[in-house]
Amino acid sequence: MRSAILIFPGSNCDRDMMVAVERITGRRPALVWHKDSQLDPVDIVIIPGGFSFGDYLRCGALAARAPAMEAVIDHASRGGAVLGVCNGFQILLETGLLPGTLVRNGGLKFVCREVRLAVQETLETPFLADLSNGSELRIPVAHNEGNYFADDALLDSLEQGGQVALRYVDNEPSRAANPNGSARNIAGILSANGRVMGMMPHPERAMGNGHPSDDGRKFLTSVLEGVAR
Amino acid sequence: MSEANEMSFNDAEQMGLSFEEWQLILKRLERTPNLCELGIFSAMWSEHCSYKSSKKWLKTLPTEGEQVIQGPGENAGVVDIGDGLAAVFKIESHNHPSFIEPYQGAATGVGGILRDVFTMGARPIALLNALRFGDISHEKTKHLLSGVVAGIGGYGNCIGIPTVGGEVNFHSSYNGNILVNAMAVGLAHSDRIFYSAATGAGNPVIYVGAKTGRDGIHGATMASAEFSDETESKRPTVQVGDPFTGKLLMEACLELMAADAVLSIQDMGAAGLTSSSVEMASKGGLGMEIDLDLVPVREVAMSAYEIMLSESQERMLMVIKPEQAETARAIFEKWDLDFMPIGKVTDTERLVLLKDNEIACDIPLAPLVDDAPEYDRPYRPEELQPVLSTAQLEKDLPLADVLQRLLSSADLSSRRWIYEQYDSDVMADTITGPGGDAALVRIHNTDKGLAVSTDCTPRYVDADAFEGGKQAVCEAYRNISASGAKPLAVTNNLNFGNPEKQDIMAQIVGAVNGMGNACRTLNTPVVSGNVSLYNETDGMAIQPCPVIGMIGIIDDWKQAKGCGLINAGKAIFVVGQNGDVNDGWLGCSVYAREIAGREGGAPPSVDPILEEKNGSLIRQAIANELIEAAHDISDGGLLVALAEMVIAGQCGAKITCPDSGSLHGWAFGEDQARYIAVVSDVPAFTALCAASDVEAIQIGETISECELTLAGLPPISKEDMAAWHRKTIDDLMA
Repeated sequence: MRSAILIFPGSNCDRDMMVAVERITGRRPALVWHKDSQLDPVDIVIIPGGFSFGDYLRCGALAARAPAMEAVIDHASRGGAVLGVCNGFQILLETGLLPGTLVRNGGLKFVCREVRLAVQETLETPFLADLSNGSELRIPVAHNEGNYFADDALLDSLEQGGQVALRYVDNEPSRAANPNGSARNIAGILSANGRVMGMMPHPERAMGNGHPSDDGRKFLTSVLEGVAR
Repeated sequence: MSEANEMSFNDAEQMGLSFEEWQLILKRLERTPNLCELGIFSAMWSEHCSYKSSKKWLKTLPTEGEQVIQGPGENAGVVDIGDGLAAVFKIESHNHPSFIEPYQGAATGVGGILRDVFTMGARPIALLNALRFGDISHEKTKHLLSGVVAGIGGYGNCIGIPTVGGEVNFHSSYNGNILVNAMAVGLAHSDRIFYSAATGAGNPVIYVGAKTGRDGIHGATMASAEFSDETESKRPTVQVGDPFTGKLLMEACLELMAADAVLSIQDMGAAGLTSSSVEMASKGGLGMEIDLDLVPVREVAMSAYEIMLSESQERMLMVIKPEQAETARAIFEKWDLDFMPIGKVTDTERLVLLKDNEIACDIPLAPLVDDAPEYDRPYRPEELQPVLSTAQLEKDLPLADVLQRLLSSADLSSRRWIYEQYDSDVMADTITGPGGDAALVRIHNTDKGLAVSTDCTPRYVDADAFEGGKQAVCEAYRNISASGAKPLAVTNNLNFGNPEKQDIMAQIVGAVNGMGNACRTLNTPVVSGNVSLYNETDGMAIQPCPVIGMIGIIDDWKQAKGCGLINAGKAIFVVGQNGDVNDGWLGCSVYAREIAGREGGAPPSVDPILEEKNGSLIRQAIANELIEAAHDISDGGLLVALAEMVIAGQCGAKITCPDSGSLHGWAFGEDQARYIAVVSDVPAFTALCAASDVEAIQIGETISECELTLAGLPPISKEDMAAWHRKTIDDLMA
């Protein structure tokens, strides 16, 4: 199981993700600096959370144009697996590897809290292979711009194509369960080939061992074992 | 004022200097200063930088102990936490800027305190704060609260340091002068601490970080004057923060320190390049020469005065090993930061500044630091407030109604609206985040945990500064102890009004004496701190607020306890109280203010010896795994503490009320040195209490229903209490 974690100036969840991946796989991920245009072969590239380039211009917009992202786009175009968490999700949207956009939270405030997520029925993807449809995950979010936005046509096509991976729920997807006003309570989506995933919640912060939940560990274990198969 | 012109007393007065201070400058220089020189004197001699009114009293605080590696006088205090590691921490105020421009004022307060910590070679691992706002119904409170909270979050969230705790009060005395104190805690190797004293004449002086602009010029002087109606016109003197650059600077500095290239380092905080250059040179017993034309600037035609007094953020000054200059430059280039040699260390004991190939300043350092004025300001001892009896305060109201009003009062209501805007989980080592007693942060890759708490009860300090000063320390001690951690040391932030007024000076003296008294008894020395005076608007002073930030250590974070109730069928004890007590101290309590409509009255007395005894018992009981939840009893008394434990937990509590005496006094009195403990092994616990000579009494037990039941009264559901608790701030900010 070989993995790589990208680091941009302003990334701040890179270490947390590294610790989480190493705990699950026993193998330290390669750390890739944003100026590197070379990416050694890996089973998965993870783009961690943070405030790459200070969120200047637009969240993820500058990072999406970094040399390392060209290598990631290349990796994805060959069917390589990519997971973007929080700012990493924003970056994936800015590169166009995933459709839609993330706008300011509906409450106009940063929000840090544990949310409940339901795993959706999706197209074929290695990420969710070990998680059953409808199973619930408790994982924290922490973001200012996690409000997923797309026009109805795109939302319909994501749903019909099985590209919605995670939704905010309170038993059911409800307004109260949605921390940021995202369209149709979407918390995470997949690319059309099921090999690229973006999500707002931080699984690396729900690893048990002192964290209130270990569902993030369950989730990441599914992802890492899935892509290694 | 033109740069070259000789200054007059008028100019000095405008910069906040007294006539005596002006005369002293003339005497020391043996000539008239120019604008830049006068600006440097006024900044260094400002209350903010020189502590001239408080120094006499600060010297009385205990600062030593076997755990102390570095006490006050550096960028932050350093405490040994074992295994070759040290905790580096400090609290600092950003009160005046935050009132004028709440977002940037609060954000730069966080940025500044983080720099103080990583300057010492420590990676920051936790942020806390202590905030005071005006009356919740005051027209500015909503705007100030939302701006300050967004600013604190804006900086801390972006730089990626978790904000794990804090405290907030609301009172009309802060209507025109809010308090924003930020605390940072970092982790370093105890043999790799970096200090500010310059070394080695001839060594290069390097400027790193962001460029210098015209923001925040003379901020330290603004922070040393009273407010008036015109203060908001000072908006341009508030600095602008850039947490992204702060993050890059932090990473670059820590990388540079790991490369063993740094000899001495100082952040540019209050009074910017002035205080950093003066402090580095004077602490080293050396001099410094700087060519101001080499300072990276972002605006054209900046004068020597402006460059020296700018408080632009995210800047550092350091002396590096000459042979490591290229390594250092490469690290800063990697992080896209300015790296500029701007001068050198000299042995002249003078500060010499060049600008446009001329000498813009040439002054001896000794008077700036050693001869800085130190005042023994007169003070009038306060008249002690009368003791108010329970009978004078008790109102004939049902307990549940009182509980509802207290839980929904501004001071006791849930802070969730605030702390959900802070990233409290980043770094993935937060074990206990905001909302409980102390926060607990795991020391990465170890079993150890650092417990941290900020505390002060201004109404007690206002009523009796000595008792209030003690209480701030003791409440922090209780919060740390309730988590199971051993208290180690404190940082303090003394927020007061105008020290030139005798009653204010008496508050400072009383509170510092009280803090010293408690810190000595509890063996929690003061290792760093900050003083913020002149917190007055149009002559009205704030309620005095000497904040304590305390840290403690627990060897195994898995042993730490929270305050939420976990399992039904466990005994609930009050520790620090015996069965004879069926009354309580209501004077100066939240009950007195919110229910009886009466402020003031003597506060409860505080006995640090008893605090030490009871706190040790709680820690021992946690270490022996005799209790599964603990909570200190503070504002609002026993019943509010119980309600908080139900709200935070997964089960309820059934309590037996005393059958005689004052029910309200028993339920809402604020007698000190008390805890609620949920006991899983009653025989062992009572034996431990007896052996430790600590009073404890069982008052009830936990029950599976999520409610608070007082025998003989209808149960109060957790949902109701949680709703009362959430209502006030949620409604205000909606």
